[in-house]
Amino acid sequence: MLLIHCPYCDETLPESEFAYAGEAHIARPADPSATTDEEWRDYLFIRSNVKGAHYERWRHVHGCARFFNAVRDTVSDRFLTTYPAGAPRPALSDLEASE
Amino acid sequence: MSRFRVTGKGRVDHHAPVRFTFDGKSFFGLRGDTLASALLANGVHLVGRSFKYHRPRGIVTAGSEEPNALVGTSRGRGRFEPNTRATLQELRSGLVAESQNRLPSLKFDVGAINDALSPLFSAGFYYKTFMWPKGFWDKVYEPVIRAAAGLGRAPETTDPDRYASRHAHTDVLVIGAGPAGIAAALAAAKAGAKVVLAEETAEIGGALLSDPEVVIDGAKAWNWIAARAADLAESGVRVMTRTTAIGYYHQNMIGLAERLTDHLDSVPENAPRERLWRIRARHVVLAQGAIEKPLVFHGNDRPGVMLAGAAQTYLHRFGVRVGDSAAVVTSHDSAWHAAFDLQDAGTGIAVIVDTRTDVREDLVAEAERRGIRLRLGHTATGTDGRLRVSALRINPLRDGSVGNGTKVFCDCVLMCGGWTPSLHLFSHTKGTLKWDAENTAFLPDRKSEAVEIAGAGRGLWGYGAALDDGAKAGALAAEALGLSAAAPTHDVRQDRPGTGTAHEELPTDHDRGHTRAFVDFQNDVTAKDIRLAVREGMRSIEHVKRYTTTGMATDQGKLSNINGLLIASNALGKEPPKVGLTTFRPPYTPTTFGTFAGYHRGAHFEVTRKTPIDSWAAENGAVWEPVGQWRRARYFPQGSEDMDDAVARECRAVREGVGLFDASTLGKIEVTGPDAAEFMNRMYTNPWTKLAPGKLRYGVLLGEDGFIRDDGVIGRISDHRFHVTTTTGGAARVLNMMEDYLQTEWPDLDVWLTSTTEQWAVAALNGPKARTVLDGLVEGLDISNEAFPMMSVADCTVAGIPARLFRLSFTGELGYEINVPARHGRALWEALMEAGKAHGITPYGTETMHVLRAEKGFIIVGQDTDGTVTPDDAGLDWAIGKAKPDFVGKRSLARPDLVAQGRRQLVGLLTQDGKVRLDEGAQIVDDPNQPTPMKMIGHVTSSYHSATLGRSIAMAVIENGRARMGETVHVPTGKGVEAAVIASAVFYDPEGGRAKL
Repeated sequence: MLLIHCPYCDETLPESEFAYAGEAHIARPADPSATTDEEWRDYLFIRSNVKGAHYERWRHVHGCARFFNAVRDTVSDRFLTTYPAGAPRPALSDLEASE
Repeated sequence: MSRFRVTGKGRVDHHAPVRFTFDGKSFFGLRGDTLASALLANGVHLVGRSFKYHRPRGIVTAGSEEPNALVGTSRGRGRFEPNTRATLQELRSGLVAESQNRLPSLKFDVGAINDALSPLFSAGFYYKTFMWPKGFWDKVYEPVIRAAAGLGRAPETTDPDRYASRHAHTDVLVIGAGPAGIAAALAAAKAGAKVVLAEETAEIGGALLSDPEVVIDGAKAWNWIAARAADLAESGVRVMTRTTAIGYYHQNMIGLAERLTDHLDSVPENAPRERLWRIRARHVVLAQGAIEKPLVFHGNDRPGVMLAGAAQTYLHRFGVRVGDSAAVVTSHDSAWHAAFDLQDAGTGIAVIVDTRTDVREDLVAEAERRGIRLRLGHTATGTDGRLRVSALRINPLRDGSVGNGTKVFCDCVLMCGGWTPSLHLFSHTKGTLKWDAENTAFLPDRKSEAVEIAGAGRGLWGYGAALDDGAKAGALAAEALGLSAAAPTHDVRQDRPGTGTAHEELPTDHDRGHTRAFVDFQNDVTAKDIRLAVREGMRSIEHVKRYTTTGMATDQGKLSNINGLLIASNALGKEPPKVGLTTFRPPYTPTTFGTFAGYHRGAHFEVTRKTPIDSWAAENGAVWEPVGQWRRARYFPQGSEDMDDAVARECRAVREGVGLFDASTLGKIEVTGPDAAEFMNRMYTNPWTKLAPGKLRYGVLLGEDGFIRDDGVIGRISDHRFHVTTTTGGAARVLNMMEDYLQTEWPDLDVWLTSTTEQWAVAALNGPKARTVLDGLVEGLDISNEAFPMMSVADCTVAGIPARLFRLSFTGELGYEINVPARHGRALWEALMEAGKAHGITPYGTETMHVLRAEKGFIIVGQDTDGTVTPDDAGLDWAIGKAKPDFVGKRSLARPDLVAQGRRQLVGLLTQDGKVRLDEGAQIVDDPNQPTPMKMIGHVTSSYHSATLGRSIAMAVIENGRARMGETVHVPTGKGVEAAVIASAVFYDPEGGRAKL
């Protein structure tokens, strides 16, 4: 069972308090009606599916109930960082340096 | 006293006999024995038949790696366990054990015909043998294979035992309480760390228990162990014996299975049998030692052939000689010590065969001093005997060729092919291994967790090396936690360091195509099978494993992995590290389902959610139906009614009089705040801005992909407050989805979301007499049709209880849903039943609710929709606020596939024979005479008998269904083909007047 740091509670807690919520930094288009079919398809379905550092969303569903973002290595299952929703995407170079 | 028991030897109590039975025969062992040592003390080696060939098999090891001595054990009714390892099961008074895989008896097993037919059962035989004739698989091959397959027999009744589970946190967890583990635990504890020391067997000491003459810091081994046990206690180390670490999970969480009562003569009432621990450690020390490797030669599986180290353990730990005359065959120094110790105890050593020509001088000198016949540079090429070994065939090796064989008579063969570091747990962490050519072993390399590996686990041999390495590992673990630690060194005398060499199958003068040299005893895999797999094209070791089954099942390669690898790499002509190792998977040893389930069984397996009205339903004979985690009243049978009778009566009551239904399970979400209407506009398809406070509207929620996710009636309580209802099963999902959009897409909206599902109890009153019943109970509200029309909501009191009253209808009749605070739910219900008594009020359940709504063509999300249904498909186009610029899923409604012709649309379906009720999920075709596979044009989503209409009704999704009204389609069933006519899904009161009375 993973331990996950909730950036809002500022506590590291067991995975069973959290729920995964898909890839992060995929903003809903401000005006969906202005998107082409291809753009809308990409927004709906196309995900990066990376092997390695993955930007993803989690929800502290059995805690503060907030959604937040995380960078997790999909090979080792190790969390590189977690940060509040809306915060900019941290650069990978910074994360690896701080390990 | 059996002649194989050595008086005064071992850690058993020679004055405490313990009676047990094996295959119905009564035996005595001693307190402190394992089942295996007690059997050996009685001269019993033959304990089972092998899995595939049903060959007679004996005890091979003295630990949890045992592949053969798997027995069924029982303790009274229901308490039967298959595949208990006799080497781990401590003897208890009255233990009942039975051998496995034999019919009718261990000594005469008809399944042994498989052994004679072994050419048929070579590697991959499943894939080759049963290909034809085609029809034979179902009727002949599979039933026969199923009857013959399996390891042991499954218990036949519910497990009556209790199982426990617990979480724990510690600074340092040390796994394995041999010399390295003890030293590690003490070094870490003395530095101030909180330490847990886990040991699989009944007591600490590990290999030292089998080597009592070793002297550590001036104390003999067993005295040293006793002193360290006191030290551990004094240092606050929590020592957990009978506890196997079964899995190593992320971030240093270790799963451990603790055996609590299987060793006790009688079990305290309600005591748990086993306990699963989840221990989170800041640092872990793996000190699991090494597992002795068998040698691979023809007939190496005969009862009486065992590992030399196991014989040494049986002698020293249990005071049991494994035979009268032992032939030793080895490629490692350690077996020489075992031979000397056995000879001291009175077992004759017929020969020591070492494959090496160059053996340590002191060992050779000692053997010669003892008068033991030595055969250096020899190989073993066969054994004699049927149910017990009677001779070993040995041959000299000269310049790479095998000389003539001679037989050495014996009643046991002690083999040693070197030692394999036990790195299963380390491998669970995805730590990498590197090949050590000198030790012919994989050793730990790159670590992925905060872990140290100590002692034999990283290829160190000898007690001095293990102790010092353990202390160092314990100190490192403590230092990693910021403590300052010391790693004491140890002065060890009479140490038994050793080295050896490794072999694949031993050299032989037999045709290797015909030898039965076993690599994996448990799965009956021979060296020949592995070579065959390579010859037939298996290149990856993972493919070899699956094709031959070597290293599978409970063995997980403990004994077989390295031998299998060496044989495969030789056959492939590649270096072992290039071939690689198969993946070790948890659990390390077989673990009972009970241990994993723990408290989560029976009523505790999953919570049962009950409404505030549940107790009334229980008292009034409700038949239950699980809906999500809720239990709901499905119908209320009277007298001898069956479900159809009860539902027909309940339906008639609602259509003709009045019925009462517990709708408390409906999901409820309160949406409040200045931007509540804007939020609702963005979430739901419908427009909300103009909905006046006090009014209700049916809302549809889509996913962003345009498909229906949920629906429900939504009330506007005030400008800034909406009372949203969801489906019973969808409440949590809908709230999660709302929170997601609110928090991450529209954080600018000033809205609060609160789940109120469990705060409201809801009674749904339906039927033409509903107002009559309700009228006398309502205060503070005029509920006449004019003042409180269909789709209204208002606060009032009902039966003196503050209530939020909805006027709506999911049945097509005049209806109200009365929401009251949950604690008043039952009082409200009883007040309504009392007030309705004069009008024949009838409680009804979910089944009746389903029929009534289907008669009206109202959908149930998840039954009539399946995640691929758009509002238009479901005939809900009218619920879409087309003027709204955006809502979740709106853009997708213009996706090419969603506007394409030929989509499946929800329609009604009337069978030509009104007595026929179609199966829900049944497929629909146009032409029932077309060849299979037929083109399916839709399926039935809902199907009931309608008492109101006096016939069956169904709902279905059918391609272009709405344009095909009146056309006949066909539904193939198991019994034939039913013809049905496409119709409107609104079967009853199409104008909807009854709800507006």
